[in-house]
Amino acid sequence: MPSYVIPDKCDGCKALDKTACQYICPNDLMVLDKDAMKAFNQDPQMCWECYSCVKICPTQAIEVRGYADFVPLGASATAMRSSEDILWTIQFRSKEIKPKRFKFPIRRGVAEGQAQPFDHYETGDDDLKSPTLMCEPAGLNTEKGPVKMDKVPTL
Amino acid sequence: MAEFETVTVETDLLICGGGMAACGAAVEASYWAKKNGLKVTVVDKAAMDRSGAVAMGLSAINQYVDLNSGNNTLNDYCDYVRNDLMGITREDQVANIARHVDSTVHLFEKWGLPIWTDQDGKYVHEGRWQLMINGESYKVIVAEAAKNALAEAGGEYFERVFITHPLMDGDKCVGAIGFSVRENKIYVFKAKATMCAMGGAVHVFKPRSTGEGFGRSWYPPFNSGASAFFTIYAGAEMTCQEVRFIPVRFKDAYGPVGAWFLLFKAVATNAYGGNYMQERVGELDKWEPYGKVKPRPANIRNWLMMLDVMEGKSPIYMQTADAIKTIVDQAPDDKAAKKKLKELEAEAWEDFLDMTISQAILWASTNTEPDKQPSEIMACDPYFIGSHSGASGAWVSGPEDLQNEKTKDEYFWGYANMTTVPGLFAAGDASGASSHKFSSGSHAEGRIAAKAALAYVVDNNTPPNVDQAQIDDLKARILRPLVTFEEHKGATTDPNVNPNYIRPQQHMYRLQKIMDEYSGGVSAQFHTNDKLLEKGMELMQYLHEDSDKLAAEDLHELMRCWESVHRSYQGDAHMRSILFREETRWPGYYFRADKPKMDNDNWLAFCNCTFDKSTGDWTMMKKPVKYLTQ
Repeated sequence: MPSYVIPDKCDGCKALDKTACQYICPNDLMVLDKDAMKAFNQDPQMCWECYSCVKICPTQAIEVRGYADFVPLGASATAMRSSEDILWTIQFRSKEIKPKRFKFPIRRGVAEGQAQPFDHYETGDDDLKSPTLMCEPAGLNTEKGPVKMDKVPTL
Repeated sequence: MAEFETVTVETDLLICGGGMAACGAAVEASYWAKKNGLKVTVVDKAAMDRSGAVAMGLSAINQYVDLNSGNNTLNDYCDYVRNDLMGITREDQVANIARHVDSTVHLFEKWGLPIWTDQDGKYVHEGRWQLMINGESYKVIVAEAAKNALAEAGGEYFERVFITHPLMDGDKCVGAIGFSVRENKIYVFKAKATMCAMGGAVHVFKPRSTGEGFGRSWYPPFNSGASAFFTIYAGAEMTCQEVRFIPVRFKDAYGPVGAWFLLFKAVATNAYGGNYMQERVGELDKWEPYGKVKPRPANIRNWLMMLDVMEGKSPIYMQTADAIKTIVDQAPDDKAAKKKLKELEAEAWEDFLDMTISQAILWASTNTEPDKQPSEIMACDPYFIGSHSGASGAWVSGPEDLQNEKTKDEYFWGYANMTTVPGLFAAGDASGASSHKFSSGSHAEGRIAAKAALAYVVDNNTPPNVDQAQIDDLKARILRPLVTFEEHKGATTDPNVNPNYIRPQQHMYRLQKIMDEYSGGVSAQFHTNDKLLEKGMELMQYLHEDSDKLAAEDLHELMRCWESVHRSYQGDAHMRSILFREETRWPGYYFRADKPKMDNDNWLAFCNCTFDKSTGDWTMMKKPVKYLTQ
């Protein structure tokens, strides 16, 4: 099954107000077995392998085993996501190929939760019926002066 | 069956969905709502951080027009989209999105999205319109801004509520109804304006992998036709329902090819080394004037490859090793070459890890090192995605200020992005004939639509009138699968096999089989004809009738029931539109074997349709294509 839960590592998010993987799965696949207090993927055939559950799990209890109907066994892609970057380890089926490790940034210049939606640029008018969107025209064109919004400037 | 509480929410603007378009709408609407004392409500079936097609992340922003550079004009972007779609496009819509998308991308950067820059601080382009990003958290960042905007404007956000139907007051849309997938609650949203931004449709057609890899569609399986159903059922005129999209991607895991083709300049060949894009150049004459345009339209690239496949020249390979060698050979010395190789390797793997992790697993499991061997590519299955190189969606009004004398009577009716149903707006995959908006353009379109919807609210500021009988009727219909299951589950020893009902998985499989075999799916190599379509529509009618006998054991399965109903309407609209358009215009998307040629004299036109829910009748119509640029 695409995403799977390691029972020894899963504590059912008992200390949290909600089960993290169940909260995040975009396809509503991860559920908590309340008797066992362990999560599981209720319909692996509908799993997109998006890793949302893997990345959010506070105990690193979730991994992915490639779709068995076309992926040979033995390889893995393991993710460790922090608030600033993500670390990947790629393990090949052949142990003769050295595992690959990559670190990629995931956000820049704005701390998690701090994205201010408005007011990065001045908004040209307050008219609800004009085509000017929030932060336009200044946010469209920071070097060459505003694009005129009353007509298509370049058609 | 357990009792269901009914929760009623009243709002000015209701935004249905949680993906890029809905997040754009939430930000923009919140800004203007705060200034004008209006209320915005967002309802989504998932959790916004990972909701929609960008849930996993993306490795590129595919629409950045860069008007500021002076290199590109709106005219250039319209040319690109019109040619890629073989002439069938709403230039007023395309230009409207294109003139706003740069500001959306600049906001993404302000919100924390890492966009690649070069030594001079300029964005790194993957292609003319594409920017490279570190996009693992693209959706998380965009959702964060949307949620913060809602909080600042006093808006409300409901997650894990699945919208099933629009609410109507005569011909006007006055909100939406659905249910919680977590607790026994029906949600009734009464709204002065409603925005539909619930994504495209996947799994309407049978995918290539039918085992565990069933869910490894290129576009996500949770894009389940909700937008199409919502607008169709509301009575909105739909457009381009025949214009499906079939991407060519790395085979089986469907990893992205954009970086390989555009950034690394890789070449695709057949198994015997033949370059079909060169060898089949003569075929392009048949699809003039679009066939000869550069870049070649996506469906034409597909078609040239498919001709090789049909001639038995598979596998088709992306020649990754050759591409890497060409780049590395340009390095001045060994040390620089090694550094370049390492850099390319990281870029290639990040391309997968940011947006299609399965492809990284598949490469690792088949010991694939791209600098050493080529990788197979293949056409995926058909998807409904109006934001990419497909075009299906609702027929919406363009902006007033972009119309010319020829277009204004056809393409403008009061408010940008309003469907033909008053009070119902659409954006992203939900709005049609405005292809190539991708993630950034969908966000921009959501913003455009949200502002226009609030202008509509101010002009039509009367409380939404929702008849209680309508709510009671819909509530009973929404919950019926739970009742059906309870009533009949004891009739057999196996709850899956029961003559009294059909479970949603089998319902979806039946839909997929009809679409695959009669409407030009994978197993028919995307070919169909009028007789096949007529037969398929006959079988589809039985499926619609059997939808009344869907059964669900729990809330999750109830959602699957309604997803399958939604998909079936998308499938129906698709078959009818392919049948109506008596030509083949996008040979690499579908091929009408009985009408194998493009017919510009008769069919350089939109195929639109409407559905009447009171009679079940569809009306097909032709609408003129009128350009702004020519």
